[in-house]
Amino acid sequence: MSLTLASDLHRSEPARGPRVRRWLFNAGATGIGVVVLIWTLLPVYNMLLLALSDDPEEFDATIWLHEISFDGFLQIWTGESWYLEHFWRQFGNSIIIGFGTMALTVGIGALASYAIGRLGLRRGWTIGNVSLVIYAVPASFLVIPFARLMHLYGLSDTLFAVIASQVTFALPYAVLILHQYGKLIPLELDESASIDGATPAQIFSKIYLPLMAPALAAVATYSLLLAWNEYLYQFVLLSSDRNMTVAAGINQFFDVDEAPWNYLMSVAVVFSLPPILVYYVLRRYMVAGLTMGGVKG
Amino acid sequence: MSVAQEMYAPRPSTGEKPFRQPPWAVGPRASDVIWAAAFLTPYIAVLLAFVVYPICFALWLSYDADAYRHLFDYPHYWITMFNTLLMVVVGVNGALFLAFLLSGYFMIPSRWIKGLLVVYMLPWALPSLAAFLSLHWMLIGYGGFMNTALETLFGVDGPIWFDSYGLAMTCNILSYIWKWMPFWTLVFMAGRMAIPQDVYDAAAVDGATGLQRFSYVTVPMLANLYLICTLLFTLWTIGDFDTTYFVSSGSPALTTEVLGTYAFRMMLDWGYVEIGLAGALTALPVTIPLALLLIRRLQATEVQL
Repeated sequence: MSLTLASDLHRSEPARGPRVRRWLFNAGATGIGVVVLIWTLLPVYNMLLLALSDDPEEFDATIWLHEISFDGFLQIWTGESWYLEHFWRQFGNSIIIGFGTMALTVGIGALASYAIGRLGLRRGWTIGNVSLVIYAVPASFLVIPFARLMHLYGLSDTLFAVIASQVTFALPYAVLILHQYGKLIPLELDESASIDGATPAQIFSKIYLPLMAPALAAVATYSLLLAWNEYLYQFVLLSSDRNMTVAAGINQFFDVDEAPWNYLMSVAVVFSLPPILVYYVLRRYMVAGLTMGGVKG
Repeated sequence: MSVAQEMYAPRPSTGEKPFRQPPWAVGPRASDVIWAAAFLTPYIAVLLAFVVYPICFALWLSYDADAYRHLFDYPHYWITMFNTLLMVVVGVNGALFLAFLLSGYFMIPSRWIKGLLVVYMLPWALPSLAAFLSLHWMLIGYGGFMNTALETLFGVDGPIWFDSYGLAMTCNILSYIWKWMPFWTLVFMAGRMAIPQDVYDAAAVDGATGLQRFSYVTVPMLANLYLICTLLFTLWTIGDFDTTYFVSSGSPALTTEVLGTYAFRMMLDWGYVEIGLAGALTALPVTIPLALLLIRRLQATEVQL
């Protein structure tokens, strides 16, 4: 029990107790650490094991590769295999969808949060709130109505259809974060600027946006990763080779009986690298997005 | 912020109330309303075009008594509902409770534990598609990494995981916990860091032990955050698709499906759009109150995720 309370213990007492107690504490901490490490890394290790194995048809029934083969990654690079000939186009499409979603979410979200929080709309916050209700209808339930709607709008099999779906689901959260963060910026700044004759558009671009930079960064990373990682909408909305993304393209591996698993896992590894990079490089912003405001009251 | 407050706070008070007119009045504020409308237009347009319309469309499509009769007649639907419930009760609570305990572990100031945290975040950073595909092949049974490891290290013959309902469901739930626990751990760590150190110091002065500090300071301070996380995570879980679709993909014999995959299979694989939608929308009587409660909580406390 004392281990789970570890943080509460150390917060005031820098473990100055008897030596035995301290030894027990360290042993327990190490034990938990080992369990957590194995638990976390098993699937990751399995992924690398499959990606680096040299037999495309069979699993090597081994827990340790005797021969590491980079064939899967080489095939991705050269695009010789039938499965992988469109990989880089798919990769490009995933990037377009990611950045398109990011730009639209940040743009629309910033405008909306400014109007809701700072233009003196008395019922402004309800507009932001009402949109949160869409989280009551999970995205996976709406995929078919959404696909029919896109057909109606003449947007079937376009990247824009996917971007629109992702922006829709990212926006309420984005507006929530931006609105909350915006409360930290004093309204007096806006008022004094408007006394000096600035229009709301000028206040928005010269005062609001620069001060909101950390929150905008958090929202940007959130929407970028949401769009990159999403599978269902891309799979349903996109059909042609030209518009296929990496996530939806993985599906063609399931259409055949003897798919090369090592290629599939190599694709999964390459597909995972950009988000991992973003998470680790921008972790500060992402955690800033989480902590903004912290636990008040 | 404080600089700005100092600059602008001591304005000479004129004794008048701040000038504010109703939105419809013609006055200096009317221009603001026009601006506000202009700034809100794209947001409202997106909501109308891509949210309100599909939801109404879905309701209209599923408005068919026959669809509901079909739905309730088949055990497939009831099993699906039960599995979704299991995911929520075991998956959500398991992940959050473990995350809460582990957030305390990761607060220990040690270089090793900081390093471990970097590794521990990996499942969160991995796209769920890649992670769950790997888990699927890890647990595939003969030739899968799990059984090979069991055989090599312990000489045990592992089971065919996706051939038994209980094992397949356990795999799904554990995979789900594996994927999402790191995210919630980070949220709880942020919450713990926001608790002022003075409170702990005061408790220590009063002679509180570690256990007492945990139960009388940490737990009450984080209770509200924990509740909000539970609500949010429950909503996500009810609509979850990726875990079940990739890890067990419904085996054995479509008994481990959850609402998200059920709706998808009904609509896309079998073409029963009305039944699939009706099945999915039977979750609304649960999700709408949860969402409303979540909104109220968020508004009341300004806790931010």
